[in-house]
Amino acid sequence: MSLASKTPLTAGTSRLISLSNTMPWAFAALFLLCLPFVFQSNSALTIMNQMAITIVFALSYNMLLGQGGMLSFGHAVYMGLGGFFAMHVMNMVEGGLWLPLPLLPIVGGLFGLIFAFLIGSFSTRRAGTVFAMISLGVGELIAACSVIIVVFFGGEEGISGDRTMGPPVFGYEFLTQQEVYYLTIFWLLLATLLMYLFSRTPIGRITNAVRDNEERAEFLGYSQRNVRWISFCASGFFAGVAGSLFAINFEILTEENLNLATSGSILLVTFIGGAGFFVGPIIGAVVFTLLQTVLGLHTELWSLYLGILFVSCVMFFPSGFAGLVAMHRRPFALGKLHLLIKPYLKAAIPVVTSVLSLAAILEILFHKRHGYGGDHEMVLYGIAFDSSGYQAIAMAAVIAAISLFLVSRILPEIRAAWDSANHAESRT
Amino acid sequence: MNKLNILMATTIVASLTAGFAAAQEKVQIAYIDPLSGPFATTGTQGLAIYRHTVKELVNEPGALLDGQAEFEMVPFDNKISAKESLIQLQVAMDQGIRIIAQGASSGVASALSEAVAKHNRRNPDDPVIFLNHSAVDPALTNDKCQFWHFRFDANADIKMDALTDDIAANPDIKKVYVIGQDYSFGKAVAAAAQRFLKEKRPDIEIVGNELHPIGKVKDFTPYARKIVGSDADAVITGNWGGDMVGLGKAIMSAGFDQPIYTYYGATSGITAAFGEEGDGIVKLVGAGQVNPPATPEGQEFIATFYESFPDLDFGQPQMANVAPMLAAAVNEVGNATDIKAIAYALEGMEYDSIITGKTVMRESDHQVIQTVTVQGQTPENILFEFDKSGRGMAAETIVELASKDSATTCEMKRP
Amino acid sequence: MALFLVNVLDGLVTGLLLFMLCSGLTLIFSMMGVLNFAHASFYMLGAYFAYQISLVTGFWAGLIIAPLVVGVIGAGIERYGLRRVHKFGHVPELIFTFGLALLIEEAVQFFWGKSQLPFSEPEALDFAAFAIAGNAFPAYKVFMIFVAMGIFLTLLYILTKTRIGMTIQAALSYPETVQNLGHNVPLVFMCVFGVGTAMAGLAGVIAGPVLGVFPGMAVQLGSIVFVTIVIGGLGSLWGALVASLIIGWMQTFATAYDVTAEQILTAIGFTKPELIWDHPLQDLWTLTLPQLGPILPYLLMVIVLVLRPQGLMGKRES
Repeated sequence: MSLASKTPLTAGTSRLISLSNTMPWAFAALFLLCLPFVFQSNSALTIMNQMAITIVFALSYNMLLGQGGMLSFGHAVYMGLGGFFAMHVMNMVEGGLWLPLPLLPIVGGLFGLIFAFLIGSFSTRRAGTVFAMISLGVGELIAACSVIIVVFFGGEEGISGDRTMGPPVFGYEFLTQQEVYYLTIFWLLLATLLMYLFSRTPIGRITNAVRDNEERAEFLGYSQRNVRWISFCASGFFAGVAGSLFAINFEILTEENLNLATSGSILLVTFIGGAGFFVGPIIGAVVFTLLQTVLGLHTELWSLYLGILFVSCVMFFPSGFAGLVAMHRRPFALGKLHLLIKPYLKAAIPVVTSVLSLAAILEILFHKRHGYGGDHEMVLYGIAFDSSGYQAIAMAAVIAAISLFLVSRILPEIRAAWDSANHAESRT
Repeated sequence: MNKLNILMATTIVASLTAGFAAAQEKVQIAYIDPLSGPFATTGTQGLAIYRHTVKELVNEPGALLDGQAEFEMVPFDNKISAKESLIQLQVAMDQGIRIIAQGASSGVASALSEAVAKHNRRNPDDPVIFLNHSAVDPALTNDKCQFWHFRFDANADIKMDALTDDIAANPDIKKVYVIGQDYSFGKAVAAAAQRFLKEKRPDIEIVGNELHPIGKVKDFTPYARKIVGSDADAVITGNWGGDMVGLGKAIMSAGFDQPIYTYYGATSGITAAFGEEGDGIVKLVGAGQVNPPATPEGQEFIATFYESFPDLDFGQPQMANVAPMLAAAVNEVGNATDIKAIAYALEGMEYDSIITGKTVMRESDHQVIQTVTVQGQTPENILFEFDKSGRGMAAETIVELASKDSATTCEMKRP
Repeated sequence: MALFLVNVLDGLVTGLLLFMLCSGLTLIFSMMGVLNFAHASFYMLGAYFAYQISLVTGFWAGLIIAPLVVGVIGAGIERYGLRRVHKFGHVPELIFTFGLALLIEEAVQFFWGKSQLPFSEPEALDFAAFAIAGNAFPAYKVFMIFVAMGIFLTLLYILTKTRIGMTIQAALSYPETVQNLGHNVPLVFMCVFGVGTAMAGLAGVIAGPVLGVFPGMAVQLGSIVFVTIVIGGLGSLWGALVASLIIGWMQTFATAYDVTAEQILTAIGFTKPELIWDHPLQDLWTLTLPQLGPILPYLLMVIVLVLRPQGLMGKRES
């Protein structure tokens, strides 16, 4: 995995954002503003809100994993605690405290920061396995406390609140999903921008240096522990922001927001997206949320597919989706991207059919084993058939075999095209 | 013989009948329960019971709006997470579904109940109704009660009332050990046990009252040692899922051979796991009864369930009341779109159930009152077994209209 | 006193069971430097395979065959998965095993469904070996103790007294040198991984009838296994044994004795508020030792890591 940054340390001293750099941000903002006109249903907005929260959370996680080289198994703690505090503050607003809702994420962020400061004071002393294990231990401890300290965490049921009780902001009371969406993307953009800027500051750069070589960074006069601690605190702040956004969106927080499963899934999100790239976690969060919500609607096996995707991602493209895209930077720079288009298109159909037919085999097997008794009728990809016999599964297997065979035939072609697209000397 | 042709033919026929059926109005019910993950068995079993009820008691007899309309179950997987349930609720509402059914986990139920109340407050013209078929935390019909929530299962207090009747009638029981999971439901069970035992048998000593972390205990042996060491004559527990199996097996293998009163100590693999050791020891308190069924129609109904779903158990009898009672309310209103009127029609409804006998939806707190039974695990005279283990739960104490006059702290605000 | 003795025995069983899992994990770690997150998943696979085999042949065949099958699968995963990921570095390796754990859990649910399976101890051991003050001690648990002790002694013997053990020990510290001496280090790695996972599988077979066979059984033990080897010191067999026993006894005794915060607080001189259910500190007052039992190991681990990062008996950090 190539985590090494390509820009030298001096970059931090130059201007943080140039005009050409602001273009992608403006475009992203415009895109997000327009999205609700395309997807109007409330559930689509809910999914997009969820995506935005996951993006903020994953980006804050990547401040540790990608930028600082710290593998954490307990990052949900900071998001969860930030969220719980934000929820309590939200309930205090209901009780008369004056605080407009859009400012709530600052509250959650501050509490995330405070806890990251406290826990980081001992956990960031070392990187590597020791850090990972402490994060696991602290995560389990706090998740367990959530069931014991009922006054604060609300036990198994969690705590809930009502976001509409605060003072109206420009006449908005955040009654509809759409208003909440705009609030969420405002914070999404702001948090993403701030995290991006953080990665460009000298301290962000030193974090990379500590990740790559602790000793050398020490020799340069930087305390590796302090550097890690600072980025840990920053990461905790943004995790807390994500937690508050969760509180605003779902109006409920439970033990689930703190536990190991949540910490694990954010690792998965970040890694699938590509921990070595700033945009990696964004891609990961979008893919993960879509898989979880949309695929989850269509098949019971969604988590099996997610597991397969995750493991094959680690094995075959450890730099994640962002890495796959970044691989094409060189052919693009050489102006030879077009060489790849034809073989890709050629491979597309067999690849898609082989994935679909392999999934079909799993689905049919699953239906045979666990389907409702006597109910052999099964609908897959819009085709209804009988799953009890062997015809359906045999057919899926034959299609899978043929398409896999085709894929294996096309692979050398892709490889050849890839090689020629990456070679500087050309015949153009 | 060409099976492919047959397949194609059935596809065409199916799509044609679907075309005809479309002429009939479909009233959709969103079923939001775990269909994947560790609690999927519970969710799948419940969905099967709903589907069977909808088919046998509503759609085929044409019981909804004189056969002009049909119920349709639309399953949503909430992965037993509160957050996921709220998302699925949103998806269901977007699809135009205004009737929500859920039951696994009181935590999820209270989140959903609150979300439904919030939605209805924010959209008073487009309300949603929440039918809770098995979440039994008493708070839902007491402090947290609200107009749009209806509970079709006996709550933890009602079940404890029936359970303690059984204990009170047994003079051999002098010491009772109460153990449960450390959360709202476990605490509710413990509080109810103390209250009812004190009332009915003041001479019984509660020798242990203990909560253990939920889902975190790997080995229940130390708890079992304490129970054996306390000389208890009976154990009461509200444990479910893995915590029930672990506790039950540990208690039995530590040499305890007195009754173990449970809320969820059967079906979903639990009966099979207890096996022979549990016979005569494991008791279950629940709504309705399976062995023997309350009525001949009920027996017929359960038998066809086992024919249609041979891999599943008819483990939650009260769920068979939801669709018919809802149908009766819709019939009273005359349409399935006026949710507020339907909710008012459900309030106070009396219904003769083939499964749970005389059943009433209490107006004051939207808690159903029905037959509650204490059942015992046995391999003998079992009509309908659990987990294909050759054994099942036979009714021992039957309480009709259980706790019909019980108090509630609910102050219902009606729209 | 009788109850104390029973708890000592129960804690010993819990601890030794934990040790069976930890020994394989710590062996793999000391050899390959990789913390196998999926270790408890192999334990689960062992239990499921044994259940499947026991349907046909009974318990005893499962006890032998299931760990072998798990070991072969483990070796295969090392050969075709882990070795491939190894070159990307340690973090992807850890993440790979993490993903593997998710995948195995899903696969198990795919094949065996989601409910608990009825897997029980063999008829031959289904009796109470003895009873202390009315508390029965099942013969099966006696059997568990002997198996675990047997594993420990065998491992100790192989690692310290045999040639293979010497090679393993050497490959641990100086892999290149050992390779240059003509040993096939990748093969050694594969075998160690296979043996380690097979031991996890064996633990699964033995624990299945007591702790239950269900899809959550790996998650339930997953993190505690790590905690144990981290406390004991990564790579130390003795450390794993000591930490396993400490955790086993700690959890058993924490559950067995109802020390409450109320007792302690009143002993110090505080008075319990009358209306405890509305009091902001109600949770502190109602806290009991059994409630805290499951989190004690994590607390211990954090303390150990902060004070002595190499663990109780470890020689080096990570």
